[in-house]
Amino acid sequence: MEVNITINGSEHASDVEPRTLLVDHIRRTVGLTGTHVGCDTTSCGACTVLMDGKPVKACTVLAAQADGSEVTTVEGLKGADGLHPVQQAFTDDHGLQCGFCTPGMMLVGASLIAENPDPSDDDVRWAISGNLCRCTGYINIVKAIRTAAARVAESSNGS
Amino acid sequence: MFPSRFDLVVAQTVAEAVEAKVDAGEGGRFLAGGQSLIPMMKMRVAFPETLIDINRIGGLDAIERSNGHLQVGALVRHADVVASDSTFGAIAAAAPWVADPLVRNRGTMCGSVAHCDPEGDWNSVLLATGAEVIAHGPGGERSISIADFVDGAFTSTLGEDELVVGLRIPVPSGRSGGAYLKLERKIGDYATVAVASHLELDDSGGISTAGLALTSVNPINTKVADAEALLVGQQPSDELFAEAAELAAAAAEPRDDVRGTAAWKRQVVRTYTKRGLAAAAQQAEGS
Amino acid sequence: MAAPTTPAEIGGIGHSVQRKEDARLIEGQGNFLDDIDLPSTLHMAILRSPLAHARINGIDSEAAMALDGVLAVVTGDLMDQHGLAWMPTLSGDTQAVLATDKVRYQGQEVAAVIATDPYIATDALELIEVDYEDLPPITTPQQSLEEGAALIRDEKEGQTDNLAYTWETGDKGATEEAFAQADRVVTLETHYPRSHPAPLETCGIVADVNSVTGQATIYMTSQAPHAHRTLFAMVAGLPEQNIRIVSPDIGGGFGNKVPIYPGYVVATAASLLIGQPVKWVESRTENLISTGFARDYYMKGELAVTDEGRILGLRVNMLSDQGAFYSDAQPTQFRAGLFHVVTGSYDFPAAHIDCKGAFTNKAPGGVAYRCSFRITEASYLIERLVQNAAYEVGIDPAEMRLRNFIQPEQFPYETATGFVYDSGDYPTALRTALDEVGYEDLRREQAEARAEGRLIGIGIAHFTEAVGAGPSRTYDIAGLKMIDSAELRVHPTGKAILKLGVKTQGQGHETTFAQIVAEVLGIPAIDIKVEHGDTDHTPYGLGTYASRSTPVGGAATAVVARKLADKSKKIAAHLLEAADEDIELASGVFSVAGSPDRSVTIQDVALAAYTNLPEGMEYGLEDVTYYDPPNLTYPYGSYIVVVEVDPDTGVWQVQRMVALDDCGVRINPMIVEGQICGGLTEGFAMSAMQWITFDEDGNCIGANFMDYLVPTAWETPKFELLATEVPSPHHPIGAKGVGESATVGSPAAFVNAVIDAVAHLGVRNIDMPVLPDRVWAAIDEAS
Repeated sequence: MEVNITINGSEHASDVEPRTLLVDHIRRTVGLTGTHVGCDTTSCGACTVLMDGKPVKACTVLAAQADGSEVTTVEGLKGADGLHPVQQAFTDDHGLQCGFCTPGMMLVGASLIAENPDPSDDDVRWAISGNLCRCTGYINIVKAIRTAAARVAESSNGS
Repeated sequence: MFPSRFDLVVAQTVAEAVEAKVDAGEGGRFLAGGQSLIPMMKMRVAFPETLIDINRIGGLDAIERSNGHLQVGALVRHADVVASDSTFGAIAAAAPWVADPLVRNRGTMCGSVAHCDPEGDWNSVLLATGAEVIAHGPGGERSISIADFVDGAFTSTLGEDELVVGLRIPVPSGRSGGAYLKLERKIGDYATVAVASHLELDDSGGISTAGLALTSVNPINTKVADAEALLVGQQPSDELFAEAAELAAAAAEPRDDVRGTAAWKRQVVRTYTKRGLAAAAQQAEGS
Repeated sequence: MAAPTTPAEIGGIGHSVQRKEDARLIEGQGNFLDDIDLPSTLHMAILRSPLAHARINGIDSEAAMALDGVLAVVTGDLMDQHGLAWMPTLSGDTQAVLATDKVRYQGQEVAAVIATDPYIATDALELIEVDYEDLPPITTPQQSLEEGAALIRDEKEGQTDNLAYTWETGDKGATEEAFAQADRVVTLETHYPRSHPAPLETCGIVADVNSVTGQATIYMTSQAPHAHRTLFAMVAGLPEQNIRIVSPDIGGGFGNKVPIYPGYVVATAASLLIGQPVKWVESRTENLISTGFARDYYMKGELAVTDEGRILGLRVNMLSDQGAFYSDAQPTQFRAGLFHVVTGSYDFPAAHIDCKGAFTNKAPGGVAYRCSFRITEASYLIERLVQNAAYEVGIDPAEMRLRNFIQPEQFPYETATGFVYDSGDYPTALRTALDEVGYEDLRREQAEARAEGRLIGIGIAHFTEAVGAGPSRTYDIAGLKMIDSAELRVHPTGKAILKLGVKTQGQGHETTFAQIVAEVLGIPAIDIKVEHGDTDHTPYGLGTYASRSTPVGGAATAVVARKLADKSKKIAAHLLEAADEDIELASGVFSVAGSPDRSVTIQDVALAAYTNLPEGMEYGLEDVTYYDPPNLTYPYGSYIVVVEVDPDTGVWQVQRMVALDDCGVRINPMIVEGQICGGLTEGFAMSAMQWITFDEDGNCIGANFMDYLVPTAWETPKFELLATEVPSPHHPIGAKGVGESATVGSPAAFVNAVIDAVAHLGVRNIDMPVLPDRVWAAIDEAS
């Protein structure tokens, strides 16, 4: 069936099987491999994308269900003026090690900051509790998302 | 893991969805959030021949109070329930503990109710607060009380071609409070044990309405009617709640499994009933 | 901590340099295995046994073959025609690649489908019919060793029972003597349950064998690409020069990506036979039910102690559950890994360790999950025993440790089981951690809480690890000595490329190994490219596991950089017209002793190495070092956990976790702390929730992330980190390795804390995971 999904601002029209999962569509048809697959049970969040601004697990959405949606993947986080503050903070605060969960964590972080400009430690832990990390113990992920929030707040106060 | 092949019908109206379901017959399944169904299809324990996607149907995404009821449409996501100002008591308490934050962005409250997983949270909450399930089928719309709706593990009294289009949950008019205490091993896990409690108080501070229901300790979400009957007409007290907790523990027939022993689960039911009722009473007294 | 000797812009040892690998990973430009998309790639899916023990009477793959898009269905019989139905394990056993005779565990590989699309390959699995004949499953090692138990390995010549191995070490006579002199014997029987590394990226392969040239390019999630190349050559009979293993970005390894799995062999064979690339990426369930598990040790430890709290001796009996094949990834000489480090941080003269392993109808493995070959089990046992001994003797658990520690002046210290600990200051470490946590006050609060009916527990673990395997006289895997290497090439403009035999899986080698070179040569770390994982382009090494990268590969890097420093000094002397011995090198500047204004930079020297050399010197500035470590390194730490237990439900919450680590010199403190936080989380996970168990039919419980519980940010405690720094005396830069310390040391601290909360009731053991029902039952039984 025909689906038309706007991914990172570009429209992608393609013919997909109804059973095609959004994550496979993004990885295999569109060719954006920053979105990962880490489990089969909607548990790990490595496949997280933003669908109409909200983080969802792309392994548990059919590509057909995303027809007409705006999807943002990790490749779409960077803006015209450089890295997204969450990306910058992840490297500054050592929020990643192997990097496999990182796209999902950053997208959740970006969406959290958009809703809550000053998240507490617990706010961040709660927001990322649908995403697993095996390397970092989460501490620096939480720190990075809070750093990014503080930088965003600072720059918007300054302007 | 990948789902096996199926046909997809994208319905634009409730009537279209029901008609597609009639056409698809037994092999048809409605698809809302898909957060239970799609994983089951990927693990190849569910093999629908036709999926009828209801996500494009207009007018089903509202959660609001109307005529003394909280009305929840079929496309209201768990996250919408968390964010809503219209919820109360046990509903507000339970919403954040359903699944995980990302699953809550897709999964729907009505879908979860219709799924009738005895480890699911919502049916216990609704058994405690009372609710009607609005079903739409080939013969039109009907309303089913939640107690009649929940029929067994993964089975409801919904007709073959009926779609759950909404929920109507009575909003307490007086002082009320509720709680949902869930013991889960980690975020995203099903409840090992959970207890939903709901209390309404009369002018003298006595309990006028009581709701108590259990998750994951029986093959079906369980309303503890004898405990509710015991509570009504009494003044809230630790002793009373302890007595209700014994009835709740007796109503639980959990199994020994990897999550824990039956004896322990019953003990958690006892503890969480006491604590849940106390929290509900405290909330009611402060309301 | 010692201050860095180089300025920040050079970024040598001690600087928290930002990671070079981050740039690609934060933009979704990493190159993980499943991201590799070669033209004409076929996809493989594996049919696995639903039964734990059954005879295979036949496989009907006709319907699967008929499915549109399916190119081949590979069975054990087909593999057998090529001599590949069985393969050697890393412990000298053999393992079925695809089952020919019977299946021996649930999840065992039975057949493989090669198709044009992974969805179709999965569809085809459902069309294969296997005729199984049930056999009785054996699900515990105790059952397995009973007289008359069904023989699991009936194919193995000379195997008449289910015993996988026996191994003992220590001095039995001396230990018996020690026990005869003891005032009391403290006994602990406990099971360290089966766990799984479960890196977030599962295992996978893209095998690309050119049927014309015979060139096999194998992309693989490999922690040990060089060793894997050699093993591929030995097993498959492929000429080693035609095998190129490329290990791309790896989404976590933790030991899971050390072994060679049957899927790799089948995919490679299929690519060879079909002549197209074949990709196989495990599902999470496949990963959990069939690839290298860890732990599963049933341990009985006995401590001989005096009434003054002195330990006189230790006796350990251990029975391991090996699953269907004995395939521990471990050094050849040691049948139970380095489990004999079980004497821990304590000074006592006698120990005897008696180990045996049994085959069961469970997945094989025994990988070192974020630990150096069974050290996690050992550390857990001794630290649990010491706490129980303190309770029995009636002294504080911290005091018990302080009375028995190996003292700083005793190093180098030879333990009763033959390890030579090189350095350490255990009392300072423990006292520092006790001060930080406010131990005395906590004990008071604990007593007050008990009076109110609240249960607070304080758990200590002081671990010593033995990592960095290892000296060639003792350590090999499958005959390959456990050396490692570094090749350093400085280009004419003064930039460099460093090639390693080890392979990162997130540890940050591209950054930290560059820092070692920066420290020695003064080339800025950002100017040094680190290459690893591609066997055609890097020197030989045994790979990254058992915390061996920094101890062995890091040492090789320091040594090769020093070799280039020596040559550079000669070139500098030539440029400065000074004597070689008068040249001093600091932060990339070569100057003449006594005349600091006469200097050249490493960049000047690099250019001269290709343009302007002293008479008789060979051009170029590059070298390679193969490092054979003289000893293991011995990181240690003191961990203290405070918990509160809900007496009504047994649910426990971590209130505080203080972790002091001494890993010697810290190359990049930021990365070290990141490693520790990750390790502590995995230690917490194992103590609280993360395990694999089986029902009596041998069905795996823990086969996906809904049942195999990996903690989220919400459950994970917050950690307070501390450090001391006693450098390793024999490591070129004094580093000891840190990737696994926290996973090794912390489980005992968490469990000891829960036990401590209920110890006054008489509770002395709750097996991991310390599930709330177990805690509640222990309280219930005790009271």
